[in-house]
Amino acid sequence: MIAVQTENLTKQYKEKVAVNSLDLCVEQGELFALLGVNGAGKTTLIKMLSCLIKPTKGDASVFGKSIIAESFKVKELINVSPQETAIAPNLTVRENLEFIAGIHGNDKKSSKEKAHQMILSFGLDEIAKDKARILSGGWQRRLSIAMALISEPKLLFLDEPTLGLDVIARRELWNVINKMKGKVTIILTTHYMEEAVHLSDRIGIIVKGELKETGTADELMKKTCAKTFEDAFITISGEGGAVI
Amino acid sequence: MKTLALATRNSKEILRDKLNLAFGLGFPIVLLLLLTAIQSNIPAEIFVIDQLTPGIAVFGLSFISLFSGMLIAKDRTSSLMLRLFTSPLRPGNFIFGYTIPLLPMAALQVGVCFAVAFFLGLTIDINVMLAIIVLIPAMVLFIGIGLLCGSVFTDRQVGGICGALLTNLSAWLSGTWFDLDLVGETFRSVAELLPFVHAVEAGRAAISGEYSAILPHLWWVIAYAVVVMGIAIIVFTRKMRSDNN
Repeated sequence: MIAVQTENLTKQYKEKVAVNSLDLCVEQGELFALLGVNGAGKTTLIKMLSCLIKPTKGDASVFGKSIIAESFKVKELINVSPQETAIAPNLTVRENLEFIAGIHGNDKKSSKEKAHQMILSFGLDEIAKDKARILSGGWQRRLSIAMALISEPKLLFLDEPTLGLDVIARRELWNVINKMKGKVTIILTTHYMEEAVHLSDRIGIIVKGELKETGTADELMKKTCAKTFEDAFITISGEGGAVI
Repeated sequence: MKTLALATRNSKEILRDKLNLAFGLGFPIVLLLLLTAIQSNIPAEIFVIDQLTPGIAVFGLSFISLFSGMLIAKDRTSSLMLRLFTSPLRPGNFIFGYTIPLLPMAALQVGVCFAVAFFLGLTIDINVMLAIIVLIPAMVLFIGIGLLCGSVFTDRQVGGICGALLTNLSAWLSGTWFDLDLVGETFRSVAELLPFVHAVEAGRAAISGEYSAILPHLWWVIAYAVVVMGIAIIVFTRKMRSDNN
């Protein structure tokens, strides 16, 4: 089944075309990594797919629901773990989880049960009573992803989930993401090449708002005759891949 | 359920900030004690408890604007709001989620003011209950001001506007600290165009049992509350949409 299908998806801000006639297809259960230099259009694409902004032209469907005509239904199917850690600072870890379960329509009892399950599966039990603002960056990011999963989304957006984390915290988070693979469709953006290679089933490279290439890391390396994936990325992105 | 979840979170965020509690409850109580102490040492009747209490209660409500404005302004610039916008929340869930928790807080604040006033000599009777009810439109007004300021300004600006400007406006132009006629006719005219003095006078009329004097003042407060809350809802909804573009 197709999880995400975009058709001619375009976002234009006055003269600047942030995303240009983008056609993309992501299968259910796939972990699709979106790569691109800063300003390439990754965040704009994710904002459109998560119904935060409307496209200027074209449309996209999430599990068959249009992001334009059925945005509320799309929001019931998705969740987002934003680039910056999105937590309520004065709430405890458990309360943060219950809060997100609640705004996704769960009653108090169900919210508590789901929060408990997430605490166990994300290993958050030792910090469950701690206020979110006192947690380390790694724990905050882990909580942020748990908050994104508590609504049991069919499609999860992970926007640079390991940005700013130390190597240990990054590896731990990779393990968490790896465990989710296959159970939920994930669209991941990252600037770390090794992260995309390690985690993703397929990779899409956006250059100046256009999806230049898609494929597995090996396919993209073969296509560009590159020795490393970073070389392949640089070859595809060319010099400066951002929309100026 | 969605609104309740957001409202619960907002209540916790506000109530767990110790500065909020110190200013919201502590400051009006300190003023009440201080001005009552001054009154006991001067021959003239300036800060008589039944006249002072509604004024301090209205002044205290300006901190409700500060709390709600700061919370909304902070949320607007945080990634948490992005998470909330991608959730299946409708504009009504947001508006009620941000305003409903403040009503009991405002009522509690007013109630604490009157409770402290009781220990300072205010007679608690049915008129005091009426005064608290009469102050409900003022509560809505200050919540609306907070929603509006939080939607338009940054948290720092909200601190300046609600924490300094609004508290001073609601203090000086409410007739709580001094008789407005002492400053002059122009000052009184300006004050009477604003809702603060009307909220205080409506509360005072209720306490003194002059029921016929309540409504002429209360209409001003109700009109301001409806208009400000209406504008706040429109601006909040539009601003929430535009912040993501």
